[in-house]
Formats: sequence, C-alpha cells, structure tokens
Amino acid sequence: MIEIRHVGHAFGERVVLRDLSLDLTERRIAVVGGNGSGKSTFARLLNGLLLPTQGTVRVDGLDTRRDGKAVRRKVGFVFQNPDNQIVLPVVAEDLAFGLRNLGLRRDEIARRTDEALRRYDLFDLRDHPAHLLSGGQKQLLAIAGVLAMAPDVIVFDEPTTLLDLRNKRRIAQAIDGLAQRAVVVSHDLAFLEHFDRVLVFEDGRVVIDDRPSVALPAYVAMMS
Amino acid sequence: MTPYVPGESPVHRCPPGAKILALIATGTALFALPRLDMAVVLALAALAVTGLLYWIARIPARLVLAQLRPLAWILAVLVLVQLALDGWLAGLLVAARLSALVLLAGLVTLTTRSADLIEALQRGLAWLKPLGVNPAKAGLAIALTLRFIPVLAAIAAEVREAQRARGLESSLVALTVPVVVRMLKMSDDIAAAIDARSYDPDRAGH
Repeated sequence: MIEIRHVGHAFGERVVLRDLSLDLTERRIAVVGGNGSGKSTFARLLNGLLLPTQGTVRVDGLDTRRDGKAVRRKVGFVFQNPDNQIVLPVVAEDLAFGLRNLGLRRDEIARRTDEALRRYDLFDLRDHPAHLLSGGQKQLLAIAGVLAMAPDVIVFDEPTTLLDLRNKRRIAQAIDGLAQRAVVVSHDLAFLEHFDRVLVFEDGRVVIDDRPSVALPAYVAMMS
Repeated sequence: MTPYVPGESPVHRCPPGAKILALIATGTALFALPRLDMAVVLALAALAVTGLLYWIARIPARLVLAQLRPLAWILAVLVLVQLALDGWLAGLLVAARLSALVLLAGLVTLTTRSADLIEALQRGLAWLKPLGVNPAKAGLAIALTLRFIPVLAAIAAEVREAQRARGLESSLVALTVPVVVRMLKMSDDIAAAIDARSYDPDRAGH
C-alpha cells in the first residue's frame, strides 16, 4: 500500500501539490488532469524520485525520504519519453542495466533479460542498437527494463503520449497484462475506462476521486 | 558511431581489455618511430593487419568504408599538405597511420559489446580509486556517451529542420539554443531514470 499523508510540493516559490492525503491500494489507478495540474510531480513522489517538501509518502511502511533505495525496488517507474529512459546503447544491455544494479548473479540477469525480451517480442532485437528501435518498441523496452526488476507497483507517466494509435494499443495491452499494481498518468481516457479508481488533479489538488464511470465524465465536463 | 556487430570470431571472443590495450599499444607505436621510412613500413603493416582482422571478424566492407567516410575530408587535406611540404612518403605515412588507427578503434567497438567494454574499462580504472576516481561512474559516463550520440544527432536534426521551416537555418543561435535547452532538460530526465532503476555508483559494476 502507498500512504500519502499531508503531502505538499513546491519548486521554489511555485506550489504544485497542496496537502494531499490518500491511500493507494487498488490494482489499477489512473491519474488525470490538465497540463501543470501536478500529476507528474505526484507520480514522481510515489517512488522517491522527488521528495515532498511537506508531509510523508510511505510504501509498505517505508518512507521515501529515509528508505529511498528500498522504495525504488518496490516501485518501478516508466517515463513518457523512452529515449530518456534507455541508458545503454544495445537492447539487451539496457534491459540488464537495472538487474545489474540489483546485484543479481550473471545467470539470473541473463534469465530475466531473456524472459522480459521474449514477453514483448524484442528477443530477436536483443543485439540491436537501441536508437534504431521504433517508438513503440522503445517504450516496450523501457517497460520490460522496469518489469524485469520485479517491482510490486509500476508508475507510468504518460506512457502512450508520444505513440501512434497502434503502439498506444500495444502499450495499453502491455500495461493491462501486468500482474503488478499500476498507477498510470494519462490523457488517453478510453484506456482508463476499466481502471479501478481515477484521481483527477487540478491546481495541485485531487478534485475528483472515484470510479472511472463517474470520474471520467466529470473530468471531461470540467475541462470543457 | 559504430554499433556492435554480433559474431563468434576470434576477434569477437578476444577479451575487451586486451583489445583496448592492443589499440593503445598500436597507437603509441605508430607515432613512436623517428625514422620516416620505418614509420611508413610500420603504418602500412598495421593497416594490413587491421584489414586482416576485419576479414577474420567478418565485418562487411560497407562498414569498413563507413568508418573512414567521416575522416575522408580531413585525411585528404592532411595528405595534400604533407605532399606539398615533405614529399610523397610523408603523405603516405599520414594516410596509412590515421586510417589504421581509426579502423582499429572502429574494430574494437564493432566486435565488443558496450557492456563488456565498460566492464573492462571499470576494471582497468580501478587503480585510480585512491585518487578519488569512481570507475563505475566513469564506465556509466562512457556508456551514456555511446547511447546518446545518436539521440543528440536526432535532436540536432529536428531543430535544424524546425529552424529551416522558419528560415533561420543560417543562425547559429537559433540552432544551438534549442538543442542545448533540450539537452539540459533531457539530462534531468535521464538522471531520474537512472535513479529509478536503482543505480548505486558505490556498488555498480559487480
């Protein structure tokens, strides 16, 4: 469970999140909101990439401020632009990057790398330069790289924004198929319809917190 | 930028550390001989051996040429200057020496996985630890450089295209400012991505 208590965040003078208190327990949680509403900052607080300027974020009792490393093992993160997330030049090497950081044995790294590559049809591209992959393949590689580290929860920050329709569907299917819990920041409302819970952000606050059937139409009305 | 070409040849299987050392040794030897005729013989021999190694590694000819293409103009100018100032032997020496060196360096990256190259560099730099150099960080820096050269090239091309659409292609400021801004923004995201994947420089590289 992720517990958020009286969390606020500011970049210098600019306040982006105001006094949030939430418990995140559902299997699929969507985060929506306009540009600058604070949703990406919220996502980054969940695995300690950002530390709140006020309040606490706890993951299974671990405080992101004190136990950052342990929290990041439990909560994986997939960024909007896979180009910024793929850090090594070759597909299989990049996938293994996180596993090496976990200090796993070589044979275990190889086993998990192959498994994750096969899952997303990237196995034949294992020795391929990462920059030559298509946008969809890059995002799948980014997801595979996080998934191979076996986190309990994966946070996605607008994972389909830069993709064409076919790749959007492919990534949505990949996220649907995850055994892990997922928190997904997205503007793709159709993809969020069968989620368990939707948080609507506006001006650094959660203004709607409900089932998609209630929250999404209310959000659309709010934005129009 | 030369990507890795997978293979099982003896050149591929040679330990990465040995390849780097051989490259350093050859580079030093090529510039160490004081006598012109001996230096020319050595440079031509190095070029021939390099060619042989490419053949053993089964690297396609188009990739060999791709190594030399970016160098072609510089090489042509250098050779012409040497020809004019010191005669044909000096021109030949410059051409053979530079080509051998570039091709040999290209061969190392073509036949070595970057992860293995980085690991070898980390081991090779371990002795610098007491001087405050962190070999794991140095290794990651090299890996990131290899990874992001094509990404930066793509960004530069995108910006150039956007500025051309606005008729600003000849303005250096209009080209460099957006590229630098995007690079800085990107570097923040990359640092976050590395953090998100549990990178710890004190225990990396094991």
